[in-house]
Amino acid sequence: MGISNIWVFAQVANGAPTSGSLELVTKARTLGGSVSVWVAGDGAVVAGALGEYGASKVFAVDYGQNLAGVSVASAMKATIDGGESPDLIMFPQSYEGRDVMARLSVKLGRTVLTNSVDIEAVGDSVAATTPIFGGNTLVTTTFTGGAPYLAAFRPKSFNPEASGGAAATVQAVSVPDLGATGTAKIIAVHVEETTGPKLDEANVVVSGGRGLGESTNYAMIETLAKLLKGAPGASRAIVDAGWVPYSYQVGQTGKVVKPSVYIACGISGATQHMVGMKGSKNIIAINKDKEAPIFGIADLGIVGDVHKVLPKLIEALQGR
Amino acid sequence: MHDDRVSSRDRGGKGVDDQQNPHRLERYQPIWRGVQPTTDGLGRESLILMSDRLCETVHKPQEWRTMNVIVCVKQIPDPANPGALDASSNTLKREGKLILDESDSYGVEMALQLVDAAGGGEVSLVSMAPNSETAGLRTALAMGAAKAVLVSDPALQGSDALTTAKILAAAIQRLGGADLIIAATESSDGYTGTVPEQIAEVLGLPSVTFAKKVSIEGGVLKADRQTEEGYDEVTCPLPALISVTAGVVEPRYPSFKGIMAAKSKPVDEVTAADLGVTPVGWAGAGQQISNVAQAEARAAGEVIEDDGETFGKIVTFLEGLKVI
Repeated sequence: MGISNIWVFAQVANGAPTSGSLELVTKARTLGGSVSVWVAGDGAVVAGALGEYGASKVFAVDYGQNLAGVSVASAMKATIDGGESPDLIMFPQSYEGRDVMARLSVKLGRTVLTNSVDIEAVGDSVAATTPIFGGNTLVTTTFTGGAPYLAAFRPKSFNPEASGGAAATVQAVSVPDLGATGTAKIIAVHVEETTGPKLDEANVVVSGGRGLGESTNYAMIETLAKLLKGAPGASRAIVDAGWVPYSYQVGQTGKVVKPSVYIACGISGATQHMVGMKGSKNIIAINKDKEAPIFGIADLGIVGDVHKVLPKLIEALQGR
Repeated sequence: MHDDRVSSRDRGGKGVDDQQNPHRLERYQPIWRGVQPTTDGLGRESLILMSDRLCETVHKPQEWRTMNVIVCVKQIPDPANPGALDASSNTLKREGKLILDESDSYGVEMALQLVDAAGGGEVSLVSMAPNSETAGLRTALAMGAAKAVLVSDPALQGSDALTTAKILAAAIQRLGGADLIIAATESSDGYTGTVPEQIAEVLGLPSVTFAKKVSIEGGVLKADRQTEEGYDEVTCPLPALISVTAGVVEPRYPSFKGIMAAKSKPVDEVTAADLGVTPVGWAGAGQQISNVAQAEARAAGEVIEDDGETFGKIVTFLEGLKVI
């Protein structure tokens, strides 16, 4: 038996599956068996791309103004009741992914494992690995009980790799009557315009923290990021303080980034921040406190005042 | 609370069988059904909502005089101390003092503000914690919450997120439900991030997660919901559940008066058996820890004191990487 039928909940942006979704499809493919992908809206648009990464089937759910969580979970449950039997269902650790998985876990009476960075088949079950304590400890947890197993994965856990395959077949799935649980409706969609590279895709990230002192000093971060053709980021402390929007947040509850260079300015390196950036190839840290935990992972650490170091650095770069 | 009031339904003694229930269609119409008005100690009327096991929810009339909110709060080990695993069970050690998860201070504050804006009502708390811990609850009570249900039970050790959601949902039903249930998007120690949505599913409620900016008007909630690309504006009729992001409101500091008053506010302590939730703990978790290992540590590189010229070192470093 083993794991032979895997579902992946994928997300689509600008008519294509997201890189995070392709990571999961790639991993699912390596676990063996057949891979089916769930998407919202038009399945035909992404059937080719998903087929190239190893998916043989696309379940397309149209839920209009409803929220993904209840809609997709109900559709998945109905499909399982109708005879499909996935062994494993993989979700991205995204807003929608978590909600769909949560609702489905109650409908199926199944436990969930989140924040996973790896998964492997173990006989008829699967074992997922999760980093805790800022990534210093890895916990492997095996599902007991029966399939389907529900697991959510942190971004950038796997490398997306096409295997070359025919386009997946598309099956439209309708959402069953949701009753009261389906009464939340989206009435407007706002897209935050960002100039420059997206934070979780940028080659260079310059982040600011509480050590900057006041919100007006964040301008130095934006300037330096622009000079290096990178994206500005932030620690949770200054996002909570309202200096910058939540979309700038790097960390456990923000974005996970793995740029070539991460420059942490006035950031002490709280565990929950480091979780979001310790995968960066090169880390530069500037902080007044030589005991700051960030220096434990920095490739180049400057113990100094950001108000003195940054202006000089910016001036030197502007002069080139 | 009297059990017969809690369980009364406007069914004239008929059973719950959907096929035979002549009131079946009424579930989805906004009429008043199966709900008992009550008065609290101050003579204010409040309306207790009951939810059937999984799917039925009662719609409320548009006019609201009061608003009752229940906040799910977690009491966690102080994040300032390094976390540790209990060697025998591989679960997080929770023996020391537990404090209110900072994430939940936003939920409590939001609840207090919404009740204030509605002109009346109260904020109640539900929490699941070991060792009859109440320190974190007292903090939230000191902020202004009125009462709490604490579920504390050695049998709950090793419980997974789904079990936790069932426990908290049962505690919410023990309080008679509410117009709005609020939780943080995830806890600061476990960060599974699914419990609020799981609670909503158990209770058959609509939900808006990652809500930043929430308002309520005429029994309808309006929220901005964080998304990958920005945010969505979402409307949702009450009763509902929301999970709120940090920074959604500025939490108040408990006043001295609030701290003193909190000492005598009621905390109803119950076990999993009292709530009728089973199985719990490891038996109900559906998962087991098979290995714990140290990850490869990232080594630190060069650390130098700034002498005014270290910016040059950064430039050289970046040049070496061909970033500039």
